[in-house]
Amino acid sequence: MDENLKAALRQAERVLGNKPEWLGFRKVREVSTTRYVRDGHPQANHSSVSEGVMVEVLENGQFGYAATTRTDFESLVMAAQKARSHALQGSRYPIHRFTVAQRPAVQGAFESDFGKSIPSAGELNELLVEICRKLDRPGPSTPPSTSKEPRPKIIRRSALFETIDTEAQFVSSNGSDARQNTRQVVGWFQATAQAGDVVQKRSDERCGQGGWERFNTPDLWNRVERVAEEALELTQAEDCPSEKLDLILMPDQMMLQIHESIGHPLELDRILGDERNYAGWSFVKKEDFGSFVYGSPFMNVTFDPGVAGELASYAFDDNGTVSTREYLIKNGILVRALGGGESQARSGLPGVANSRACSWNRPPIDRMANLNLEPGTDSLADIIASVDRGVLMKTNRSWSIDDFRNKFQFGCEYAKLIENGKLTRTLKNANYRGITAPFWRSLKKVGDPSTVEIFGATNCGKGEPNQSIRVGHSSPVCLFENVEVFGGAS
Amino acid sequence: MKPSLVPAVSRDYFEDLSKKAIGALGPNEYLFLVLDVECSQFVRFNKGVRQTGVIDDASVEVTLVLESSPGVLKRASREISLSGISYQDREAIREAVGILRVEVPGLPQDPFAELPKDPGSSTTVKTGNLLPTESVPANILDAVGDNVDLAGIYAAGPVIRGMANSAGLIHWFSSEFFSFDYSLYTSAQRAVKGIYGGSEWNDDDFRRSISSALQKLKLLERQPRKIGRGSYRTFLEPAAVGALIEMFSWGAIGESSIRQGESPLRWLRGGEKKLSPRFSLAEDFSRGQTPRFNQLGELAPERLILIDKGELAHSLVSSRSSKEYGVSGNAAEMNEALRAPSVAPGTLEQGECLGRLGTGLHVSNLHYLNWSDQSGGRITGMTRYACFWIENGKIVAPIENMRFDDSIFQLFGSNLEELTRACEFLPESGTYDKRSVGGVRVPGMLVSGMQFTL
Repeated sequence: MDENLKAALRQAERVLGNKPEWLGFRKVREVSTTRYVRDGHPQANHSSVSEGVMVEVLENGQFGYAATTRTDFESLVMAAQKARSHALQGSRYPIHRFTVAQRPAVQGAFESDFGKSIPSAGELNELLVEICRKLDRPGPSTPPSTSKEPRPKIIRRSALFETIDTEAQFVSSNGSDARQNTRQVVGWFQATAQAGDVVQKRSDERCGQGGWERFNTPDLWNRVERVAEEALELTQAEDCPSEKLDLILMPDQMMLQIHESIGHPLELDRILGDERNYAGWSFVKKEDFGSFVYGSPFMNVTFDPGVAGELASYAFDDNGTVSTREYLIKNGILVRALGGGESQARSGLPGVANSRACSWNRPPIDRMANLNLEPGTDSLADIIASVDRGVLMKTNRSWSIDDFRNKFQFGCEYAKLIENGKLTRTLKNANYRGITAPFWRSLKKVGDPSTVEIFGATNCGKGEPNQSIRVGHSSPVCLFENVEVFGGAS
Repeated sequence: MKPSLVPAVSRDYFEDLSKKAIGALGPNEYLFLVLDVECSQFVRFNKGVRQTGVIDDASVEVTLVLESSPGVLKRASREISLSGISYQDREAIREAVGILRVEVPGLPQDPFAELPKDPGSSTTVKTGNLLPTESVPANILDAVGDNVDLAGIYAAGPVIRGMANSAGLIHWFSSEFFSFDYSLYTSAQRAVKGIYGGSEWNDDDFRRSISSALQKLKLLERQPRKIGRGSYRTFLEPAAVGALIEMFSWGAIGESSIRQGESPLRWLRGGEKKLSPRFSLAEDFSRGQTPRFNQLGELAPERLILIDKGELAHSLVSSRSSKEYGVSGNAAEMNEALRAPSVAPGTLEQGECLGRLGTGLHVSNLHYLNWSDQSGGRITGMTRYACFWIENGKIVAPIENMRFDDSIFQLFGSNLEELTRACEFLPESGTYDKRSVGGVRVPGMLVSGMQFTL
């Protein structure tokens, strides 16, 4: 533990004179690296070290904050004075009289698995260059079915690897003294293929807490080969049909579906209107918890920051609340909100430990962490076999949803037509649209544990001032009935 | 007591840090330094004050370029936090250069890297007259009144962008400004959006902004109308046009996105498609709200026409694209995104908009736009805030939010009937990582058809 931060806190308490209702320091040091190669050439070899302290004061039932890059005693004391001044000004116009209960005392430490060590910058560049080289596959040697069509080729190859190492320490006047150290990694590659006027992309992304093994899986080179081949294949594919069909979503698209149409609408600060000037409100109302039929009985959703290796695992949130696994939706019924201590106090609803800030320079707000759809009992083969006519879609490429989180439209990179229980033709420009609750109520089958995969969103945006944060989502394969699917511009 | 980050990180301070770092370079080493500083006050409102505080943040990105053999360049960058305390910042930069010095030799050659140049330094300093920090909640909430449901964010304070390189170049841009990005609500959760921003806070101007929004809010009390799917004549207010223009930054107007096949504007270059002769788009730095220099210190033209009467006149070309594709650069940022977009006005007078629309939709804002088919030029998104059904030039009812899915070749092409004579400057109020500067200058737009799908 950094004793200096605790000593600075004690010094600030003394200087502030009249003891504030609560004082807390959250120090964060985030070291990140980005290695990005396109078409065999390095585009970015970037690292960053962001370090500072968020000082928060509770005074007159109002929190005020002051964040600074200066970590010496004098500067932290000055920041505490500023934070107190802002708390006092704001307390004339309160939306709620907060208490120290919203900053529970917490002690302890959490460290994520750092996994296998990350290769050096030079070695990483070599590997990313090699991925680009292997993505550069020739098109099929036999001409496409109609020989007048141009031969497809790969026109762009990209590969990226990122690490984010975060050390956070939280100390407070009511005895908090906690530290969390995590390593998050993101690996991604993409091939763009062209045949005449048709341009299609295919990509692969892996992310999570851990080390090199998260990206460098035993099947890495098979994944690279598949991405290139499927990009080429898409240039020859027909457009997704426009009709209402059964829809199978693979986990790398379910991730986005969960994020946008479960995660965001269940954020309690959205339900309370904090976000309505920016990210938006929610169709969910406070009175819905405990009774609202969100989805079919196959739908079970958990908030679980305890899943090892998932992107947003932690032991306590940025306000000091100890995290626990909780059901948000059980057998289709909405039971609990994604709301931290402040939102719980304002709403009187049960919530979770999800007060999170993107870094030292932003105050915590209600965020997703790991938000997971629990597996069911059907194998992928059984799910496909159960569909007479439908579409299977993989890997998000387009996303849009309204400010109440109702009307969504999502697009996928790669799709397959399903006819008589079998995957048949490849489809390009596959999109679908729907309205959140009716869509989840059309959930017909949920894949068994063998179909579960863990993904995440690495740039979830929200908040004023804006904050981009990383969240995890695990999901099995799912089947939805009677969904409006459609194709591309042409 | 130490001075705060601003003025501690002054132009002289940055120049001194840069010179010391550059003075320690070895042979065949070159350096770029890019500075970001802000001392920002943020007050977030949700009826009352939801969150309030200040953030003092400063960082410098150091890029080391090594000419490992004649003409062979390798490069890497490292961004570090600054404290505004001289000895600490000098040491932090020295350490960062040391780390890069170890890393760079092991990297592959970067054939599109640039060496520093000195085409001339620049200094822009804009001072402001902001609300006193302590009076912000009172000034805003008292003006709005007790009976109005308000949400929003007030952001204010100085923002600095700086750039220096080992060729001796130094650019400095310092601007003190505020923005209050807000929305007002009816009891049925219908809302009007407003933004009041600038460098001089004026209570009368602010009250006029609120008063205008309140007038609009009254119209939202009417019973809303549910509109079915289909194509409708639509008038888009400047904020909605601005949202569509933003999409040009997202893999469309950049040279690399055209060359790499993802941009729908490749169809303009090839001559297969055209946009409307009424539509012209430029990068226009003449108002001075955005730095003209980029990360390399290159100065963009004060005005660069990108789309001229429906035809692609220029793309945004970074130095990397310039080298890679053998075309002239125009000092675009590395991401080749718009920094000072300006859409040419038309001839439609403000008072004639609804009359010319006749029957259709009046859309104030669009929300959550994304390409639904990027290379095909199709965009999807939602209507948001004060959108109305219009019949015979008269407002009939607010509409329930609708999803659109349409092509830029329709919206800015064959379906574009007219643009308004008046343009609005919409300040950029984004605060991801840091407070944004600048904004977009756009007119309103009348289209003969816009496809609504859900």
